[in-house]
Amino acid sequence: MKRAKAIRERMSGNEAVAFAIRQVNPDVMPAFPITPSTEIPQMVSAYIANGEIDTEFVPVESEHSAMSAAIGAESAGARTMTATSSAGLALMWEELLLAASNRLPIVLTLVNRTLSGPININCDHSDGMGARDTGWIQIYAENNQEAYDNYIQAFPIAEDPRVHLPVMVCQDGFITSHAVENIELLEDGPVRDFVGQYEPEEFLLNPGKPVAVGPYSISAYAMEAKKAQEDAMEQSRAVIAEVAARFGELSGRQYGFFEEYRTGDADYIMVIMGSAAGTAKEAADQLREEGWKVGVLKLRVFRPFPDQEIAEALKNCRAAAIMDRCESYNGCSGPLGMEIPAALYRNKVMIETADYIYGLAGRDFTVEHAREIFAQLRDAADGKIPAARHAYVGLREQ
Amino acid sequence: MSTGAAENYNLKSMLSRPERLAPGHRMCAGCGATIGVRAVLRALHEEDRAVIGNATGCLEVSSYMYPYTAWEDSYIHNAFENAGATLSGVETAYRALRKRGRLPESEHFKFITFGGDGGTYDIGFQSLSGAMERGHDMVYVCYDNGAYMNTGIQRSSATPMFADTTTTPAGKCSAGKVQYRKDLTAIIAEHHVPYAAQTTFTRDFTDLHRKASKAIYTEGACFLNVMTPCPRGWRYETSEIMEICRLAVETCYWPLFEVDHGKWILSYTPKNKLPIEDFLRPQGRFKHLFKPENEHLLALFQEEVDRRWEDLQYRCAQG
Amino acid sequence: MRTDITKINERTPWQGLTEGLQMFAGGTSRLFATGEWRTNTPVLIEDKCRQCLLCVPVCPDSSIPVLEGKRGAFDYDHCKGCGICASVCPFDAIVMKEGIEP
Repeated sequence: MKRAKAIRERMSGNEAVAFAIRQVNPDVMPAFPITPSTEIPQMVSAYIANGEIDTEFVPVESEHSAMSAAIGAESAGARTMTATSSAGLALMWEELLLAASNRLPIVLTLVNRTLSGPININCDHSDGMGARDTGWIQIYAENNQEAYDNYIQAFPIAEDPRVHLPVMVCQDGFITSHAVENIELLEDGPVRDFVGQYEPEEFLLNPGKPVAVGPYSISAYAMEAKKAQEDAMEQSRAVIAEVAARFGELSGRQYGFFEEYRTGDADYIMVIMGSAAGTAKEAADQLREEGWKVGVLKLRVFRPFPDQEIAEALKNCRAAAIMDRCESYNGCSGPLGMEIPAALYRNKVMIETADYIYGLAGRDFTVEHAREIFAQLRDAADGKIPAARHAYVGLREQ
Repeated sequence: MSTGAAENYNLKSMLSRPERLAPGHRMCAGCGATIGVRAVLRALHEEDRAVIGNATGCLEVSSYMYPYTAWEDSYIHNAFENAGATLSGVETAYRALRKRGRLPESEHFKFITFGGDGGTYDIGFQSLSGAMERGHDMVYVCYDNGAYMNTGIQRSSATPMFADTTTTPAGKCSAGKVQYRKDLTAIIAEHHVPYAAQTTFTRDFTDLHRKASKAIYTEGACFLNVMTPCPRGWRYETSEIMEICRLAVETCYWPLFEVDHGKWILSYTPKNKLPIEDFLRPQGRFKHLFKPENEHLLALFQEEVDRRWEDLQYRCAQG
Repeated sequence: MRTDITKINERTPWQGLTEGLQMFAGGTSRLFATGEWRTNTPVLIEDKCRQCLLCVPVCPDSSIPVLEGKRGAFDYDHCKGCGICASVCPFDAIVMKEGIEP
């Protein structure tokens, strides 16, 4: 694939995703307003109103109906997407499972925001993490550039016949969605060629070839169907890698399941997801200057979970800090705090781990916090202190 | 804009159209819902294709039990509360794909979704209201059997007052459901959709056919409320469904009317309006009303039927 | 990807089921016999039948086929024996017989 020309711009994450939607020009977009994703359907509506694209926008009366209409439209043969945040994703929950089990390649751009209560509009990952077992592929972005690039890769992943699963493309609310940063955009033509025409084999509107979607299934079939769905998630690993390689040729930007930042010889690694990875990288740079061997593993693809690759990436460090921007209320840790140690154990990588909860409902996570966590990791690895378990970062305490 | 003038009705020629609901579904013997579905689908012109939507309920779990679908046309069931939104999406996809030249010009699709009263009056009400307000070119058909039959006859907001259901059981301290039923046809008519109508089965199905035909061939969001008795839930002999429907109409419990582009029209006025007991007596769910001490409840029921019938007559007289 | 449902049954391995349990075919329920549910069976007395067809639309199971404007024989593979057809017949041309056999 020929390298496309780069267009230098300054944009917020929401603007970047809306711009990518303009380039893809999907067939149908049902959406409902919710902070902080609201800007995306607003901008798409403006593109439509100005004749720049001809996507059919459906101004539904709830997020549940947004995903319901998306399921109808995608089943009918239309390339379909929606956008939401927080409670909107929670209201869609039942439908998220149906989008995946009906094997529909819908794309959802999620602008991560905390779930109530208390009601709060700022970022954490409780919405996306709450949907982690719904059967969606989940890809998280650190910044506006990644939000843009991930969105463009989402359709070729979802629509690949080996996959046929919905994809959730996530970016952090306000921190990424509303902050304006530099970005390199691609031209419309190359993006359209990259995403390609959507040509499903079977769809409701195929004349003379009726399709029935959404059966009642007795137990004799339901478990087999779930296994087939699980297999598609497994198959998606190769497809995600292939699409990323193709996108790398087009854009010059390389993506994997995760980014390894200065981890090669690192003794201490912070595993983190989303915008706070930038903060962690800054702390790592400072500590490297001071002579420490530290690095950051920024998880990009959370579903499917790259367990073997993570274990491989962490096996040579002394200790890893696992950072969750979400509570799990399991009494032990956040979701990554459970899944990453499980991945290490299954792959017989017995390094020390510590787990932290940070940034809930938009709480600042600073370079100082990250430096302190690296220091704690070192002390835990030296046996001076116990490794942190379920520790809240930046919390006021008596 | 198509006004959906009803086609001339001839039972013989309509019944010669190919059957769009195949046998082999698992609805109970004597079920009203599939009689209603067949009658609605007969109003589709043979050359037209359709996508059928369906809310979760008896009809859905019985008509598409993997790998057996009873639907000859494309069909989508999504969940309980979202038949309106789901078909909105299908209809929007149709417009998008047509606009982009991805469907053959010569092919025409119609969009019809079926929901029971639970999926329509209650849990699916918001989704229905949204679809009607947005004006998708579709027909929402409520097959109203007056309770959550699929889960075992629990009351819904369509259940008539005093009905004995599994969540409003008649007993020593209870005379069945306390509230009267929601008037959904009027509520949807008040969305100012192009066409909303209430119907049920009459001897040769003229009324249902005419209304289904208007609803399908009127552009925009249209609504049909079809009373489809349930022998299990209402507790009458399966063979008696047509008589039950006749009594519902002749007592004015279920008046036949339509609201066509804002004009309220009575489809039928009984020559001699029968007392409500005639409709209630054959049904086991109202058995307790016929104890001597409950005579006043029958009077209350009658009063409510009369009040609503007069109200409807007034609206229709205003046009 | 059209579905041949004769290849799908409760012994089919997971790889053999359709994607998303979608059915790429219409009207496959014809292959499922519901006739065995019957406890009573409608029987047509042909001499009495005037072909008014009132029995056809009241059948919940699409079990009275119409061919060239005339009703055909009952589809006993699917008829569940509810008796609605017999009760609406103005000419007593349909009688309900106890049992599953016509």
